[in-house]
Amino acid sequence: MALEINGKVIETDEEGYIQNLNDWSPEVAEKMAGEDGCELSDNHWEVINFLRNYYQEYQIAPAVRVLTKAIGKKLGPEKGNSKYLYELFPYGPAKQACKYAGLPKPTGCV
Amino acid sequence: MAQQAKFDVPKLREYPIVPRVREGAMQHSKPFVAKPEFQQPLGFPGELVDNWKEVALGKMGELLNKYRSVQVFLDICVKCGACTDKCHYYLGTADPKNMPVARQDLLRNVYRRYFTFTGKYLPKLVGAVDLTQDVLEDWYRYYHQCSECRRCSVFCPYGIDTAEITMAGREILDSVGIGQKYTNEIIGKVFKIGNNLGLPEPALADTLQGLEEEVKADVGVDVRFPLDEKGAEVLLVTPSADFFAEPHVDGLIGYAKVLHQAGISWTLSSYASEAANFGIFSGNYENMQKVAQRIRDAALDLGVKRIVVGECGHAWRVAYSFWNTLIGPFDFLDPKYPAPQHICELTYDLIRQGALRFKREANDHRVLTFHDSCNVSRGSRMGSTPGGQFEIPREIIKACCNHFYDMAPETIGESTFCCGGGGGLLTDDLLELRVKGALPRMEALKRVVDEHGVTHMAAICAICKSQFSKVMPYYGFEMDMIISLHQLVGDALDWGATAAH
Repeated sequence: MALEINGKVIETDEEGYIQNLNDWSPEVAEKMAGEDGCELSDNHWEVINFLRNYYQEYQIAPAVRVLTKAIGKKLGPEKGNSKYLYELFPYGPAKQACKYAGLPKPTGCV
Repeated sequence: MAQQAKFDVPKLREYPIVPRVREGAMQHSKPFVAKPEFQQPLGFPGELVDNWKEVALGKMGELLNKYRSVQVFLDICVKCGACTDKCHYYLGTADPKNMPVARQDLLRNVYRRYFTFTGKYLPKLVGAVDLTQDVLEDWYRYYHQCSECRRCSVFCPYGIDTAEITMAGREILDSVGIGQKYTNEIIGKVFKIGNNLGLPEPALADTLQGLEEEVKADVGVDVRFPLDEKGAEVLLVTPSADFFAEPHVDGLIGYAKVLHQAGISWTLSSYASEAANFGIFSGNYENMQKVAQRIRDAALDLGVKRIVVGECGHAWRVAYSFWNTLIGPFDFLDPKYPAPQHICELTYDLIRQGALRFKREANDHRVLTFHDSCNVSRGSRMGSTPGGQFEIPREIIKACCNHFYDMAPETIGESTFCCGGGGGLLTDDLLELRVKGALPRMEALKRVVDEHGVTHMAAICAICKSQFSKVMPYYGFEMDMIISLHQLVGDALDWGATAAH
């Protein structure tokens, strides 16, 4: 599978996650979200940017509690929970948000 | 919150009905095949080998010798039909190849053709078939529509264990180069990083520190989540989902609170940061051994006296039934405790000693039921009496909750229905199978919801928890209805007296 952004072809795996993490750009996230029928708001971007920064430091997506705590600090305590994250990313914050952020899919019993 | 699905979600009925057979209903369902990079670290060919037929039959011959049970199971079926309506995947999909006997026949018919006298000379007489590309593809499809839950074996008068047939089927597939991406990628991550998630030590340490802060803010007690602390009494190995996902993490918080209140020193290990052992799913002994070995090595390195296993179904089966031969003996551990010990056994012992203080009212907003996980229910045990694996979790729930109702007896205990995502099938590429396979459990749950107002279902398996969070919304249940058993324990612990202590 592949994604085409401004004439450039970006390889993705069977589930649509990009293969080479350096291929990511904000347009990648916009394009993926568009295909899911979702428009990215500032709040989506808060999550995506946090995921990318965390990944750069730790080479893994953050655990859900790490993420909800960070989002609660940024967007207000009423948004620091997974219910809110599921409103933003109905396919699951770990999987859908990681995909848009250009990170590998979390594996295991999750 | 109903989910939109690209397939028909079964309707919940008042009484379960065995469906009429629908030939080929799940013929299209198969998981992604592992790429060479996920195959090779496990010792399997990267892609389908040229002489696959020869290799497959060679592997089958090897397995027949190595596991006599497999040959016995292939020989003794009398086609009585007792298993036909026992598999949750048959009940949910109506595909006749999901009847356990038919699943076994996929291997049995080839076994007869090449390994039995009548099959070699009079194949038609005994239903023996040649190993063709079509057969190989059916193996891949239908050995990935079995969660190795072993419910059918409970009802088989001969005790034929379809899980072992599935494991043999998958091992043959791996040996010819067609592995399953989900399982094999994960085993590779354990070899490389130490857990299914690929969670490196710094991220684990950061996550645990966050949990310490969270618990402190919640209950005002300095409950610790120690990592790599030499000389601790207990090494806790738990599924890495407990660090990462909800509702799992609340179970981990529960274990930590229990250990803290009981004053037991404990540690997690960054080297053995995974209790799960997907080696059992693929049936490959060497991989299963290698995954398990990390836990023995960590226990010796940290100098612990006890190994306790967190809430993970198949991890407990591997630990209880196979660790002794895989990575034993455990003569370096304290003989006063079971080796290994389940976290539920530990908590239950503490409850009986009066070492934990509960405020049961803390769970009064919940009405509970309990989902028995297949790998704990069948082929392992807890405590020192038969059925302890059913009794102990329920006794723990009753000790910390006022409202508990069991689901129908034919759907729990030894006859429990799989969540629909076990055995290496908890992957999005099998979502249709997972949703349909959850039907029997969802119908049983619906009945206690309607009759008793059940609000939550507790479980002691990371796969069950993730599977239910994902599939329950398809049946009109909220995803947070599934809860970790140790969250109930953690929420009910009374810190009033210890704050001073």
